[in-house]
Amino acid sequence: MKNVKPLDHLILMLGVLFLLLPIWIAFASSTHRPETLLGEGLQFWFGDYFWETYSAVLLDNSGFTEQVNALLMLENSLVLGLGFSVGKIIISTLAAYAIVYFRFPAGSFFFWIIFSSLLLPLEVRIIPSYKVVSDLGMLNSYTGLILPLIASATATFFFRQFYKSVPEEILEAARIDGAGPFRFFVDILLPLSRTMIAAIFIIMFVVGWNQYLWPILMTTDESYFTVVMGIKQILNDLEGNRIPQYNKALALSILALLPPVLVVVVFQRWFVKGLVESEK
Amino acid sequence: MKRQQFDHISLPYLLIAPQLAIIMIFFVWPAAQAIYQSFMLEDPFGLASQFVGFDNFREVVSSDHYATSAVFTLVFSALVAFLSMAIALLLAVKADGIIHGQSAYKIMLTWVYAVAPAVAGMIGTFLFDRSIGSLNHLLNATGWPFNPQLDVFDASFTVILVSVWKQVSVNFIYFLAGLQSIPRAVREAALIDCRNGFRRFWTVTLPLLAPTGFFVLVINITYAFFDTFGVIDTMTRGAPGGGTATLVYKVYQDGFLGADLGGSSAQSVILMILVLALTVVQFRVLEKRIHY
Repeated sequence: MKNVKPLDHLILMLGVLFLLLPIWIAFASSTHRPETLLGEGLQFWFGDYFWETYSAVLLDNSGFTEQVNALLMLENSLVLGLGFSVGKIIISTLAAYAIVYFRFPAGSFFFWIIFSSLLLPLEVRIIPSYKVVSDLGMLNSYTGLILPLIASATATFFFRQFYKSVPEEILEAARIDGAGPFRFFVDILLPLSRTMIAAIFIIMFVVGWNQYLWPILMTTDESYFTVVMGIKQILNDLEGNRIPQYNKALALSILALLPPVLVVVVFQRWFVKGLVESEK
Repeated sequence: MKRQQFDHISLPYLLIAPQLAIIMIFFVWPAAQAIYQSFMLEDPFGLASQFVGFDNFREVVSSDHYATSAVFTLVFSALVAFLSMAIALLLAVKADGIIHGQSAYKIMLTWVYAVAPAVAGMIGTFLFDRSIGSLNHLLNATGWPFNPQLDVFDASFTVILVSVWKQVSVNFIYFLAGLQSIPRAVREAALIDCRNGFRRFWTVTLPLLAPTGFFVLVINITYAFFDTFGVIDTMTRGAPGGGTATLVYKVYQDGFLGADLGGSSAQSVILMILVLALTVVQFRVLEKRIHY
């Protein structure tokens, strides 16, 4: 339909460069010594201290705080990302199933309560939420970290939309074959939603991993720090050092963004599908 | 709802119970608390509190800091939404138009979606750092006495740039999907009727893209209001002088760092009303949404 247009490619490449360059500089600079960065500024090409910096960030406890290293923080982030996405999928597939496939008196009332949670992000009710979690004794625990974040019903809505698009005939056929509500859900509905579940899983994993404000409020115990919030601690630490460890701070940023970026790049098709479908 | 449904007395309640319990405990109860607290004044030790009516609201609304923050939030959101949407639309139109290498560009332009705002802010901090930042030196070399530590304009510039950078990818995904859902027949007809690519874009493509554009706008406003918390907290913490504190950041600053429970709750409630208003507008427009 169209010819090759050099100008279009130029614009696209500028876009790619605009997005890539900051990360490139951060990565290249993280492989230099802090003295080099302090003397010559950020670097555009790689230095010789990749292993030194990254192994120190990943394994040394004393580097930033007394008890944690990046490996532990990455583990916590993984727990948060997986707990958040898996928890959300389990709870929301069940709730959406009840709302779409069952006739029960309080159904639409519950639906509106769940719907209302979409309206108010956690950020506008942080202090009372903090108090609730603190009263329940859930500060510094994975439960306190994950459960309140699951409260928003985004995934429930998504599954509700999807279930509504499943043809009526499928339920009719299943009933004629004698399938009850449990069999229908496990043997028919869940397998049908496979790609949707995968898409939601990827999106929610990224959302969970990237949480920042809530982990800051919830965790004072360093062994529960996630890697994204650990960054803030490092910023504070930087100011204390005689030679600020810029290289390590940059290395931690790279480590914090690498897992979700890899997930999104590898599963690009699913995640784009999930995002675009949820628009409808 | 489905025409065919199961009739079962206890099962639906059982299925919906986990979601409902979490929402009641971690959403409905805290939200109610925020509303309750916004009408109360707590003594400095947190031992007693008394009902003060709309005093907290009056205090918040008449405070200069709040006005500064509201103005900043407005300008910030408008600029972040406009710039990131404009860049993303340009890239999406170009990516849609080319045949070779489209999937490579798609990957190279969408991965930033996965970067946390706080991480983006952290990297931005270093790029603009006084002693090591390359962007800082670059801007100084152009004769701009760039100093985000002291100058509100410069500080706003840095948080806006990083927030835009972070948001281009998401907008690109939606715009590209929107463009690709325009039927082939319509595109080809337009191509025959109108040879001028620029005019074709304004008269055919853009109107067809309007529903997507509106949806993306809502997402961007939500993003600029709430998700940029991480960017602001890592880059400026509202400094200098509260000039870069969004309304959401101020709720956190006043309530959590400043321990002003009543004032912070009143701010929360104002934000709740804002979000509700936004949602109502969104539904109104969506109802009128034209389908081609």
